[in-house]
Amino acid sequence: MGTYILKRVLWLIPVVFAVSAITFTLMHMVPGGPWSSERAVSPGVQAKINKQYGLDKPIPLQYVDWVVSLAQGDFGPSFRYADRSVNAIIADGLPKSIQLGVMAFIVAVALGIPLGVFAALGHNKAPDYAATGISIIGIATPSFVLAILLVVLFSVVLKWFPTGGWKGPETWVLPVIALAGYQVAVIARYTRASMLEVTRKDYIRTAQSKGLRSRAVVTRHMLRNALIPVVTILGPIFAFLVTGSFIIETFFGIPGIGRYYVQGIAGRDYGMIMATTVIFALAVAVLNVIVDVLYAFIDPRIRYS
Amino acid sequence: MATNQQAIPATAVQTRQSSGVWRDAIGRLRKNRLAVVGFFGVCFLLFLGVFGPMLAPWPYYAQDTAAVAANGFKPIPPFQDPSHILGTDGLGQDMLSRMLDGARISLTVALVVQLVVLLIGVPIGALAGWYSGSRLDNGLMRFTDVMYAFPDLLLIILFSVAFRETAFGQAMNGLLLVFVAIGLTAWVTVARLVRGQFLSLKEMEFVEAAQAIGVSDRNIVIRHLLPNGISPIIVAVTLGIPAAILAEATLAYIGVGVQPPRASWGSLIAAGQPFIRSYPHLTYLPGIMIAAALISFTFLGDGLRDALDPKLKGKQ
Repeated sequence: MGTYILKRVLWLIPVVFAVSAITFTLMHMVPGGPWSSERAVSPGVQAKINKQYGLDKPIPLQYVDWVVSLAQGDFGPSFRYADRSVNAIIADGLPKSIQLGVMAFIVAVALGIPLGVFAALGHNKAPDYAATGISIIGIATPSFVLAILLVVLFSVVLKWFPTGGWKGPETWVLPVIALAGYQVAVIARYTRASMLEVTRKDYIRTAQSKGLRSRAVVTRHMLRNALIPVVTILGPIFAFLVTGSFIIETFFGIPGIGRYYVQGIAGRDYGMIMATTVIFALAVAVLNVIVDVLYAFIDPRIRYS
Repeated sequence: MATNQQAIPATAVQTRQSSGVWRDAIGRLRKNRLAVVGFFGVCFLLFLGVFGPMLAPWPYYAQDTAAVAANGFKPIPPFQDPSHILGTDGLGQDMLSRMLDGARISLTVALVVQLVVLLIGVPIGALAGWYSGSRLDNGLMRFTDVMYAFPDLLLIILFSVAFRETAFGQAMNGLLLVFVAIGLTAWVTVARLVRGQFLSLKEMEFVEAAQAIGVSDRNIVIRHLLPNGISPIIVAVTLGIPAAILAEATLAYIGVGVQPPRASWGSLIAAGQPFIRSYPHLTYLPGIMIAAALISFTFLGDGLRDALDPKLKGKQ
């Protein structure tokens, strides 16, 4: 197990390199550059700026430069904000994005799994319909629609929460709910499907027939097995909540990196695109390793060699 | 059980061997009310997607400036003007016609993305799961890791911007490119799910039994593992359809993919959002369409899951 984890962790390095190389290539295939604008810049000035930012070199060399600079912990300059380095922008925005994502993840798991279990235990009865109804509403409402509804109801009409910003707990509530809503439904559905699958296994019947209290059957036998497929989707869900919060960040005016990252694509801010991709990619890859290791702990039938 | 106790002719018993599972599944599906609702919802959406633009009272791009001028250059609310039953936006574009065109966009998303996901995800997951621990498994899973580690939104946007100028990028007003890009990021979940299923399924007794009587690996995978592992794949694909519709709507909401004058439900919501307090129909009508599409596919998928699971037989 130890060597397996070590191997997987070492694999993170090539994974992140592959992601960064693909992104670098795609990024330079995009027509236009950071200096394309309506005002034409004279070729001399253009060449000078290109030289200053290293854009005059061949693209493979530019990539090598970027890797060397990254090895020293420097994401390089932002091509859009001349006065700020990418490092400074990331250091400012990343904690906010992580905080938003983690809070939404906690809400999604804390509501989604019990909802799914509740539905499965009362299969085809009132609890099932109630829990499924809630998760259907969650699935049918995109985060931006949920955000619009939440703001209209709780900010404009009831005036309970502010419409935006990121200045304290009362500003966190609406964005976290808007971001988590859909994932609550997804987790609940997966948990329900998985629980129903497990309910029909022989070992559950055995556990029940030997007179085990139903609470013990559910927690020790059903949940542990039913959570295996659920664990596999928690990784991508967490990644989605951290990296996919761009809509919510923009909607509520939260200064996280999600906003900078799509602005970076629009403005061909090469430094910003590379930095956000690598950070997000590293986060997702690390989560994958954690999920796979958890997998082996939860399901002893799976053996890694 | 009571319904299964009719006398079955001997010939019917024999045909069960080949097609019985699917026939039973359809029978169970028809008894599941929510699934039937979902099925008709999906059929209705398919109908709208295929024939909607022909039924639409106006072309999606037409601007009825006269009607809007008569209304004081403001959006016309639903049920006010008989020629615009669901109203218009501020430019006089008929909401019904625009939403019918949006149905076509959303359904194409659903189909193209899932096709890409199945064609890539299932073979990769199956190969990796069956040959787990081998070099092939390692190679495929490392490739999956690379794709998995990509932030979806970034890859989709980069892809659609990078290939926008090519012939492929121009197909279907640039929409096809966005669909394939969504599929290229979405298959990874299915591949990992299939591999996970295979990892635990191949330790089961029936696989050992099949191996003992000399069934080839290929047949074990196709005839034993895939059918047994199909219900999570179906749940994932069915969940994948609303997820793809949602991804397209989200991208359209931020202005990636569909370009004016064409509009998907997501970009209609984006356009209507500033007027939500005075003209809520511009937001809630496309919102209802998205919700209807997501719910229909979800109900149908749920029903399919219950119907296709042979282990549930006799329990409903």
